Amino acid sequence: MSRRPYIRKPSKSGWWLAQPRYVRYMLREISALFIGLYVLVLMIGLYQLSQGKAAFDEFLASAEGSLGLAFAVVAILFAIYHTYTWFQVTPKAMPLTLGGKKIPGAFIIAAHWLGFVLLSAAMWLLVRS
Amino acid sequence: MSERVIELEILRYDPEQDETPRFQTYSVPYHDDWVVLDAINYVKDELDRTLSYRWSCHMAVCGSCGMVLNGEPALACHTFLRDYPDKIRVEPLQNFPIERDLVVVMDDFIDKLGSVKPYVVAKQEQDVDDGEYLQSPAQLAKFKQYTACINCLLCYSACPQYSLNDAFVGPAALALAHRYNLDSRDAGRSVRQDVVASNEGIWECSFVGACSEVCPKSVDPAAAIQQTKIASTGDYFLKFLMPWRRK
Repeated sequence: MSRRPYIRKPSKSGWWLAQPRYVRYMLREISALFIGLYVLVLMIGLYQLSQGKAAFDEFLASAEGSLGLAFAVVAILFAIYHTYTWFQVTPKAMPLTLGGKKIPGAFIIAAHWLGFVLLSAAMWLLVRS
Repeated sequence: MSERVIELEILRYDPEQDETPRFQTYSVPYHDDWVVLDAINYVKDELDRTLSYRWSCHMAVCGSCGMVLNGEPALACHTFLRDYPDKIRVEPLQNFPIERDLVVVMDDFIDKLGSVKPYVVAKQEQDVDDGEYLQSPAQLAKFKQYTACINCLLCYSACPQYSLNDAFVGPAALALAHRYNLDSRDAGRSVRQDVVASNEGIWECSFVGACSEVCPKSVDPAAAIQQTKIASTGDYFLKFLMPWRRK
């Protein structure tokens, strides 16, 4: 009797469609791309600001145009998803113990969201003033 | 007790006859309290003696009966038939060569497991007469979760990184390395780091997290790998800050 193990080759390009959890993973990874693009837009805005009022107004006009708004909506949805997935995994990467007892993961996640809300509120107040 | 019938679509592969694996369907009458392994045992006992598969304990302890059920890696002894509609597709674990039917070749995992030295490397060998290596409950609690691994390989079957690059050391071996690194009796971390912190070790993991989702023992290998990444990153920076520090 001879051995002849059969090797099933995975799909190099379509593997991520095999399971919903892989699709969610790819969405999480792709979300970084939109955050990167948003940072790029923000840097262009800063550059335009340095070029004077007219240049900045032009930037604002394009950002408030339908294309700019559509991009902002998509980018913020991905940013929220990115934040959600990042906070969800924090208890895994950073488990905490207090007095020898494990702090529940939900508490660590909630603390991150609390920090997120507080910092966002502080930024909003700063921009408003 | 009611008796219903379920169809098992089992991937068969006979290395002496088949060029490629093929599915074969069996109708199995079952009871509500039957798990998939009971149905497979029924096939072997009553319908087709040529079917090959691994199993032993029937209670999610031995880790032998890992299979892919309707696309999801699971222990056949830990999955009730009643949770499925009327058909289950039973395949061997993904990402391993098929030896025969549902039996896979697990040599690659065994080699990788050995490479991370999954045992206590004592700080100082002590004589048997000197008694046990003592450990407090708090020290045990640090790694106890990772001791639950039964080497069932569901995590390797679920891991797309291992699927795309079989040089990856993989979830269970890295989780067990972490388990011993966290053990207060162990002094083997620096020896394990050569494998664990290599490109094929923790850094090949992109935190898909599928390993932890399919783990039947809640070991959470994904968590172990991320914690190892943080510790190894610390090592990297400490090397610059304190060059005299031992590896």
